[in-house]
Amino acid sequence: MKSLARRRAVNWLMTGLCGAGLVIALLPLLSVLWLVVSHGFRALDLDFFTALPSPVGETGGGVANAILGTGYIVAIACAIGVPLGVGAGVFLAEKGDGKVGEAIRFTAEVLSGVPSIVVGIVAYALVVIPMRRFSALAGGVALAVLMVPTLARSTEELVRLVPGSLREASLALGVPQWRTSLRVVLRTALGGITTAILLAVARAAGETAPLLFTSLNNQYWNFSPDQPTASLTVQIFNYAVSPYADWHDKAWGAALVLLLLVGALSLLARLLTRSRFGLSR
Amino acid sequence: MQPASDIVTVARPGRRTATRRRRHNLADRAWGASLSVLGVTVLVVAALIVAELWRVAKPLFATVGIVRFVTTSQWDVVRETYGALPYVYGTLVTSAIALVLAVPVSVGLALFLTEMSPPRFRSIVSFPISLLAGIPSVVYGLWGLFVLIPVLRKTVEPFLANALGFLPLFQGPRIGFGYLAAGTILAIMILPTITAIAIEVLRTVPLSLREAALALGATRWEMIRIAVLPYSRAGILGATILGLGRALGETMAVTMVIGNSPTIQASLFAPGYSLPAVIANEFAEASSATHTSALAALGLLLFAVTFLLNVAARVLVRISRRGPARVAA
Repeated sequence: MKSLARRRAVNWLMTGLCGAGLVIALLPLLSVLWLVVSHGFRALDLDFFTALPSPVGETGGGVANAILGTGYIVAIACAIGVPLGVGAGVFLAEKGDGKVGEAIRFTAEVLSGVPSIVVGIVAYALVVIPMRRFSALAGGVALAVLMVPTLARSTEELVRLVPGSLREASLALGVPQWRTSLRVVLRTALGGITTAILLAVARAAGETAPLLFTSLNNQYWNFSPDQPTASLTVQIFNYAVSPYADWHDKAWGAALVLLLLVGALSLLARLLTRSRFGLSR
Repeated sequence: MQPASDIVTVARPGRRTATRRRRHNLADRAWGASLSVLGVTVLVVAALIVAELWRVAKPLFATVGIVRFVTTSQWDVVRETYGALPYVYGTLVTSAIALVLAVPVSVGLALFLTEMSPPRFRSIVSFPISLLAGIPSVVYGLWGLFVLIPVLRKTVEPFLANALGFLPLFQGPRIGFGYLAAGTILAIMILPTITAIAIEVLRTVPLSLREAALALGATRWEMIRIAVLPYSRAGILGATILGLGRALGETMAVTMVIGNSPTIQASLFAPGYSLPAVIANEFAEASSATHTSALAALGLLLFAVTFLLNVAARVLVRISRRGPARVAA
């Protein structure tokens, strides 16, 4: 039998080690945030948000087209991915108790672990090859495929949270099933679903790999869905691996803008959930 | 789970009332059908992923064969010989480094948050950890390129070479770019994933087990060792496998720090290459149909491996959630 003192010492040692895990986990987070903010802030000026990228070797210019491009591609992704993802989620919650539902649920879970670069190849095969051209649409399709499984899972959970009594009350009043689903159940879950969509948008905006060979990149403005389009993330990648100091600064600046965008969306999502909970109680 | 079954049982009479009305019946059916179509879309998407990958990758497998493809290491686009071994090796080595670094930290952190710290502290800390998961991969790559690599080159690698230089793993030129850099950054990226699932798993351990251990006079650590960890072993293994799945498929951060050299080297300091990285670098500029097909074949390989890992992980986490039944039996 080990002595009590020794057992206590082991206990405190292990507690200390586990606590050290917290420090180790937070260290890179703080480092990333601090460096992106401090480096990125210097790169931001009016040109950064309004001008096109400068040609190789020239300093100055901005990433306005990439900021807009990210918005454009994500909008296409939402147009395709949100109805599919939310619809699949409602299906799972309303009629997903059978074998088909179980299969869909499992598929969605597994799909959310598929590497995003693989989804890029799929979008390339589906859109780029037939169109014979890199395009914003292809990027949007890739991001939509990434959105669907996560959106379906979270929508299901949110719809299932709607109290049964609400549905019963509506049905008891003679409201048909479909109207009950749309006007009562979905409406109650709307706040939560909006949150889920915002989080999905935040995730999609931060994706790089599936855009590399679908929407590619563009030095100029582009507003048509069948043309290559710049995006913030691809621009960060290209600038970061380039040999020019000015482009490195631009990469940090773009990273700051991206983080602010993602952070703002997540924060908005959090606030929405909070106020929603306030309402329902 | 409970309210869901309530809904189903209680909603049934309502459904019957609705079916009495023809008009509503039709509308209800249309609504149900469109929902079903949307639900089945998930299956269609999954099928499309497999079918399209296979369609693009098929020409390669027809000429090279899967075994030669993954066991030879000659990747020559001009001569059209494609051997993926260096990429497979780089992917495996970096993921292994990531697991070695991340699993102890994540499990320790999960234990600290569930067993050792006050609940309020947990809710404060869970926010920054989830933030860590929300940082885009390319931003990690940028950070790795300009922060992590200099630190590795100037501090960590000389230290490792001094302390463990007798191992072939820690020999050779120290340039920063390489397996170690990629593995470290992967560790940071999978840490929140493993931690979150580990916490979820640890929460399913029944309080009575903890109380029993404590009542026998165990210290807190002994309670964790004899009651908590054995109970949640399957779930923690599942969390680890999910982390591995993420690490294998992670693209941007690895591409930016691994050094992009299609060679196989024993030293962790040496530059390498990984499956996602070569796809990211070469796909857009693939010159020939066979080149595209070879890259898609790498994608298919990656998909197959991550798919199997994800299935295994989900099954393990499910088993662990069903824990009480297993213990009672």
